[in-house]
Order: sequence, then C-alpha cells, then structure tokens
Amino acid sequence: MERYYQPEIETASREQIKAWQDERLVRQVRHVWDNVPYYRRKMEEKGLTPDDIRGTEDLRKLPFLSKADLREAYPYGLVGVPLKDCVRIQSTSGTTGKRVVAFYTQADIDLWEDCCARAITAAGGTNEDVCQISYGYGLFTGGPGLNGGSHKVGCLTIPTSSGNTERQIMFIRDLNATILCCTPSYAAYIGETMKEMGLTPDQIPLKAGIFGAEAWSEEMRRDIERTLGIKAYDIYGLTELSGPGVAFECSAQSGMHINEDHFIAEVIDPETEEPLPDGQQGELVFTAITKQAFPLLRYRTRDICVLSHEKCSCGRTHVKMSKPRGRTDDMLIIRGVNVFPSQIETVLIHQGYPANYQIIVDRVRNTDTLDVQVEMTPEMFTDDMGEITSRQKALVDGLRAMLGLTAKVTLVAPKSIVRSEGKAVRVIDKRKI
Amino acid sequence: MSIRQISVFLENKPGSLCELTKVLAENGVDMRAFSLAETSDFGIARLIVDDVYKTTTVLRDAGFVHRITPVIAVALSDTPGGLNAILEALNAEQINVEFMYAFLGNTPGKAYMVFKVQDPVAATTALMRQGITPLEDWENS
Repeated sequence: MERYYQPEIETASREQIKAWQDERLVRQVRHVWDNVPYYRRKMEEKGLTPDDIRGTEDLRKLPFLSKADLREAYPYGLVGVPLKDCVRIQSTSGTTGKRVVAFYTQADIDLWEDCCARAITAAGGTNEDVCQISYGYGLFTGGPGLNGGSHKVGCLTIPTSSGNTERQIMFIRDLNATILCCTPSYAAYIGETMKEMGLTPDQIPLKAGIFGAEAWSEEMRRDIERTLGIKAYDIYGLTELSGPGVAFECSAQSGMHINEDHFIAEVIDPETEEPLPDGQQGELVFTAITKQAFPLLRYRTRDICVLSHEKCSCGRTHVKMSKPRGRTDDMLIIRGVNVFPSQIETVLIHQGYPANYQIIVDRVRNTDTLDVQVEMTPEMFTDDMGEITSRQKALVDGLRAMLGLTAKVTLVAPKSIVRSEGKAVRVIDKRKI
Repeated sequence: MSIRQISVFLENKPGSLCELTKVLAENGVDMRAFSLAETSDFGIARLIVDDVYKTTTVLRDAGFVHRITPVIAVALSDTPGGLNAILEALNAEQINVEFMYAFLGNTPGKAYMVFKVQDPVAATTALMRQGITPLEDWENS
C-alpha cells in the first residue's frame, strides 16, 4: 500500500493544487515586490506591478532569474526577509569564484524538510525505519535536508555523512539501517565494497535507497538495486530552491513528483524562453511560492527535462518531471558536486597557468573522476622535480578549495591539448549516463 | 666551471621518450650523457650533448619544453674511492647534491660524474680546494 507523508496535499485534486498555486503566487509576488528591490526593478523594467499577477495564468509575464542574477545580487540581494528572521544558510558552487548562498527562515527549513519527508515516505519509510544519511553534511544541502526529513518521518537517523566507507557499512550492518540516502555513485561504491567483503544482498538490512544530486542511468539503478537488494528512488532539488526534495520518485519509478504546493514548474524553450507543453523537452524553470527568505521567481535551472501530468499509479496528483537529460550550460556534476569549467579556469589563471586546459571526467567503478590537464610552459619548467611536484600539489589544493573535491592534475606536453578554431573543447565527459 | 645540461619535460605516456630521441637522432645530436627522472605522471630527461645551441634549437622547433641547467662534471679515476673523494670534498663545505648520474666519455677507461648542486661556483671551489678540477663546458673539452 502506498504511503504518503501529507496525503491531503500529495493526492489533492488538480483544481485544489491550482487554487493553492494561484493564491500563493499572488501573495509571493507581492512579498517579493515589497522586499526584494532587485526583483522589483526587473518587474518595473517590464512595466509590471503586483496587480498584473492575478494567478498562475500570469506567471509567464514575470521576468526570469538566472545564476548570473544570483552572482550579481550576492550575498543579500535576493533575500526577502530581515536577516534576524533567517536561521540558516546553505551554499553551492557558482559559475566562478562566487558561491551561491541561499537563506532560510525556520518556516523555509520546515517546508524543505516536509518535502524530504514526503520523499522518504514515498520510498516506504516509517518511524520503524533506520535511515542512514551518507550525503555530505555542512554547506551542501544533501545531508541537512534528508536529515530533517528523516526526523519528521520519525526514522532513527544515522548522520554518517559521506566518506569512510568501512564505517558506513559497519553502521548499516550493526544498526540495521533500512534506508540509505546518498549520491547514486556512492551507493554503488558502498554496494561494491560490500560485495568484495563477501556480503550477499540478503545479508544487507537495507530495503530502500534515496539517491540524487547527480545524473544516473536506469542501468545504474538496476545495478545498485541488485547489489544492495533494495529499491532505489531518485530525488531532485537544488540549493537555490531549498535542496533535495523539490521533486522525488514514488513506487512507480517513472519520473519525480514535483512538490507543487511549494514550487510551480514550467518547461521553457531555452532560446525563445516560451513555455512548452507537457511532453516537450526544455529547460526547467521553478517559482518558489511559499519560501520567505530566498523567494526565487521563475528561476532557470539549466536542467533539461520533460513534464508529465499523466495519472500516476501511486495516487499522487502532482506533476512529474523526467530525470534531467542534460544542461543548457556547461555545468558538470561530479560526485554530486556542481563544477563549472570557469571555476577551474579561475584557479589555473590565479596560479599563473595558461588558460589552455582540458577537463576529463570519467566514471571508474561507479565513482566520478576529474582529471585536469594543463600544458607545461617554458616559464614553469625547471630541472627541479620537487618544485614541479609542489606546484602540481598547490594546484590540486587550489582546486579542492574552489570545488570542494579532489581533482587529479596532469601536466602534459605543450601544444598537446587540441586547439580548436571556434569554441574550445574544454570538457571531455567519458561517463556513460 | 660548470657545464650546461639540457633538461627536457616529458609527459608520462607511451612514446614520449621516443619522440625526443627521434628528434635528436634526426638532427644528428651527439649525446654524451642521458638520464631520466620521473614521477607517476611526468618526467625530466637530462642530456649532455656536444652542441648545446643546436640541440636547444631543434628542441624548440619540435615543441619540447626545456631548460638549460648548470651542472658540475668531474672525471673519475677508475679506482676504488674515486666517487667518495668527490663527495667528501663537497660534504666538507656542506654542499648538498640534488642529483647525480654517471657516464662514460670518449676516452677509454674514463668515467664521468655529473652533479646538480644549488651553487655550482661554491661546489667548484670546494672541489678545486681538494685538487679536483671539474670539466669546462663540454663543448670545449
């Protein structure tokens, strides 16, 4: 039997959902107009006032927000409440050195955790379950979001955070963890490690996993499900909108239900910016209609996907989005971390390297690898091996500080990175997703 | 009295060393010494050649990153204790050897040792104080 965390919301009629959205959008636009001068200016430029927005039909009149706006307004420009009413920030990488910092009131945290609780319940979680959160904690939203959701459901929560795989496995086995939350690649790694330890799926207490923050294929899903003996559920979100739980998978495992009582989803043509109908692939745009501290309207996610309002076998009525099928920008997701080539370039230039580089992303044994190839230059070259090695190490450290993950730095011969006539081919992504 | 060693950057991938020796062979570079140092992902080839100017020109034209590094070269007597005498002379002045390698010269029975030190002038002085004369630039020897 399908379980819901908030059945009256999750299975509400389409009319009810639209009524909520109409009312909340009107209120939210007024809130933004009154409290976020940055967005108010954007509305004024289009000749709009809050009176022009009378319901979801008028949504398309509103101006878009993009990552560039977040950078320009950094850090407080899009905050909609006094800082004394904010209780938390979370952060993710921006396109260059500047990070995205998102703010939360206690009410914002609550609704975010509700969304995560819906996801855990959809994966079969109840207060009888032991939920191990192996997402990173800290600025990254993965750990804190699922942690809060797990509490709301009443699961016994094990906040292992990521890393230390042996300890992860020890807790799963000793404390009988039944639900695992982490990135799909880490789930696959935990699975492989258990297999190497000689554990068979029936010796692993897990029954479900909630995996997100990076792209993964159907094949990878089946692989993880087989190795761990679980059912694996996808989850979607982004820091700008709260974190994981903006959308989540149900037992049907055919797309993720968007929490439409909090977020209005649109799919637009990234070129013309015109909204597209169901079933047509385009860029996903979200409007947060209940969040107070960081109330983004028509935020362009850069994720390419398809929406579907088809009736779902799970009984939920909220619209479903497909797994993201790509990006309209050059962002890479490596081990769950957002990486922009421009960030890598910033570090290289800062350390005196030429801007001629190549980024090679691969997936080795289900774990993403990042190899940054830089050309050796006559200025940099010395007969002192130690000096070259320490420069290399400084670059690895610099990249870690910027990206929050460990990259391999390879020095290559001059002119060995192919020059292109037009747009440079900076990224070679060998992952088969 | 130091001699000029040419250091060449090599990417650690199959064939990169061969690319270098091919360029040298095609241009008739006579190598007196060749040594290779490597880490897991790059290497430095160290050469002592008959014609430094010609060699650096062909290397540059072929796109190799290289650098001229002064090193000390000393002829070794082919007797027990020959190397020890040199190292003791350097040690007496607290001169640290960063790396060294040996090679045979044209003269039968004669071996040479190349030393990389921080300060070649100080090293030369230390050696000469013990009656050991380093080689002048190879091209003049």
